[in-house]
Amino acid sequence: MPVITPPPLPSEDKRWKIVNGTMRKNGFARHALIETLHTVQSSFGFLDDDAIRFVALSLRVPLSQAYGVATFYHYFTLKPPGKHTVTVCAGTACYIKGADKLIATAEKRLGITPGQTTPDGQISLMTARCVGACSRAPVVLCDGEVAGEITGEQMLEQLERWAVE
Amino acid sequence: MTIEELEQIAKNVQQENAKYDFEVNVCMDLACASQGAGALKDALEKAAEAAGKKVLVRRTGCMGPCSHGPLVRVDPEATLYHHVKAENAPSIVYGLGGSPVPELQCDLNDHFDKQVRVVLENAGLIDPEKVDDYIAHDGYKALLTVLTEMTPNGVVHRITESGLRGRGGGGYPTGLKWGTVAKAKGDVKYVVCNGDEGDPGAFMDRSVMEGDPHRVIEGMAIAAYAVGASKGFIYVRAEYPVAVSRLTTALREARRHGLLGNNICNTPFNFDVEIRLGAGAFVCGEETALIASIEGKRGTPKPRPPYPASSGLWGKPTLINNVETYANIAPIVRNGGKWFHDMGSERSKGTKVFALTGKIANTGLVEVPMGIKLREIIEDIGGGVPGGHKFKAVQTGGPSGGCIPEEMLDVGVSYDALVKMGSIMGSGGMIVMDDTSCMVNVARFFIEFCMTESCGKCIPCRAGTAQMFTLLTRICNGTGTIDDLALLEDLCVTVKETSLCGLGQTAPNPVLSTLKYFRNEYIEHILDKHCRAGVCQMAAVESKNEVMA
Repeated sequence: MPVITPPPLPSEDKRWKIVNGTMRKNGFARHALIETLHTVQSSFGFLDDDAIRFVALSLRVPLSQAYGVATFYHYFTLKPPGKHTVTVCAGTACYIKGADKLIATAEKRLGITPGQTTPDGQISLMTARCVGACSRAPVVLCDGEVAGEITGEQMLEQLERWAVE
Repeated sequence: MTIEELEQIAKNVQQENAKYDFEVNVCMDLACASQGAGALKDALEKAAEAAGKKVLVRRTGCMGPCSHGPLVRVDPEATLYHHVKAENAPSIVYGLGGSPVPELQCDLNDHFDKQVRVVLENAGLIDPEKVDDYIAHDGYKALLTVLTEMTPNGVVHRITESGLRGRGGGGYPTGLKWGTVAKAKGDVKYVVCNGDEGDPGAFMDRSVMEGDPHRVIEGMAIAAYAVGASKGFIYVRAEYPVAVSRLTTALREARRHGLLGNNICNTPFNFDVEIRLGAGAFVCGEETALIASIEGKRGTPKPRPPYPASSGLWGKPTLINNVETYANIAPIVRNGGKWFHDMGSERSKGTKVFALTGKIANTGLVEVPMGIKLREIIEDIGGGVPGGHKFKAVQTGGPSGGCIPEEMLDVGVSYDALVKMGSIMGSGGMIVMDDTSCMVNVARFFIEFCMTESCGKCIPCRAGTAQMFTLLTRICNGTGTIDDLALLEDLCVTVKETSLCGLGQTAPNPVLSTLKYFRNEYIEHILDKHCRAGVCQMAAVESKNEVMA
């Protein structure tokens, strides 16, 4: 077995140790790329250039492949999220029950389109393909918490609460 | 772990449960949990303690009728309460043993009577985080029987005999697939569980993984024994964090009990399972794309052959089945292939779990025997379309499926019948639409989905879906022409016949099926600039008015 010397951690930040832990658990195998990027995103909230470079170097994966994977999958984001995130589910059941109107309402209130964050960094607006809570459509996730059978007004109330924080 | 030890655990659980006079089961699946089932469970525990009654309050997986949530079932009376709030806890506890709370009781006999539960047999009965609960309901009995009494060939034979077909959508005969992998040459083989439930509007796999995770693991272990594999992977969507955590717990528990690991049940059989997270790509439901994703690459499909059965994960023979397929294995082994074969229709055996959603009174999970009429599912089990609206169509099979109109509702559900109607079985999403849905807009919604989910590897899918989306958008906003419609139909055929994988090959289905059954709506959009459902904004009409003004 060739001895692998992993690159130094990008900074003193303790979260890199968690990322390293995932890679070590998988024996620094190349197929652990997606698992590791998941750990980066759950620790840092997003994937930046430094993170992708560090993971690619550690796992001996070409940078192009690491960047390719990071951009191919919708779950990964290369931009830092806002303090709060409102995710409107745009699955079929939610669409039938008017998710498009919820998205339009949120867009109008926040002045951004899905995938963006308000300029003050307070709220990110996202859409999801399906969160699996179809029986309670339309569904909105407020910081990950499922709110089912939600109306535009209820969603706006939540956005107002966040906006004044 | 031996069969005797297994029986001892089951006996212990029964003895433990017998200490209580009542069992209060609280559904804590996503839908109920999002309505405060967690606080409700705590309140019930407190109320039972205060009342001094011997009550076992149990967290369970999805009970089914989610629109009635939060749900509570009291045993032994089998009283079902719906829309229960934490403040109702004292009255429920007070009513135990004779005086149920009338205002919370719900009568869902019509809903349950026509259902047959095989995959969901433990739903609402066991705590998903307790392996002992699963064992007490015949859990892992099938695995140990297989290991001690059956040959791998015998297992494949039993599954073949059952007539089980893949529940992920395609309906490939499971026994045949197992047989192929079993015969494939190679010392290393893999068993993969496809839990990448990407079909929007379907959530039965999530529910099984969260509510009865051991059932999936047991099915995989039996499959591994049958095909000669010693390593398994469960590929789960990252959007399902609860499923991931339940599976992680279940795997740990199974290892602790010696139901996974080396020399299971003192036999030479070794097997262990790893969880792999998806990252939000619909195409990863396709088996070769899923394999690429487990290998840590972009999830793009490969041309087949070679099929994964001969060259799959890291080039080794690989068995890939869906969550629901694995969930059917243990009951088939326990009850025999014939038992399963006797349920269902001519060429589709057993039961199917559907996620009933959309404009329907009882949304939630239902499990029905194959061959049941769509009308029975929608009207009897689902309770029909609420709010005085009129039923328009039911969509099955997600973005790869189609819309089925009212006049076809008396057809029995089977793989072949659905294909004949221009849809597919798919993984089991069933979305009911009423007269407030525009079928052209629905087709556009699905094409937009396929367009954004196309991996981009082959041109028909990458460019074809984008062109179809443009044409449908034109028709939706009133600027489409009859020529656009002809071009759209032409493109449907091209994309269907020339795409590399299932995503592209089935992407035109929503368009084709709506064109088949709701063509007049397309014509109205084009000629009359009118959307009868009032969904589409007719830009052309407005601009014409402006010019005239």
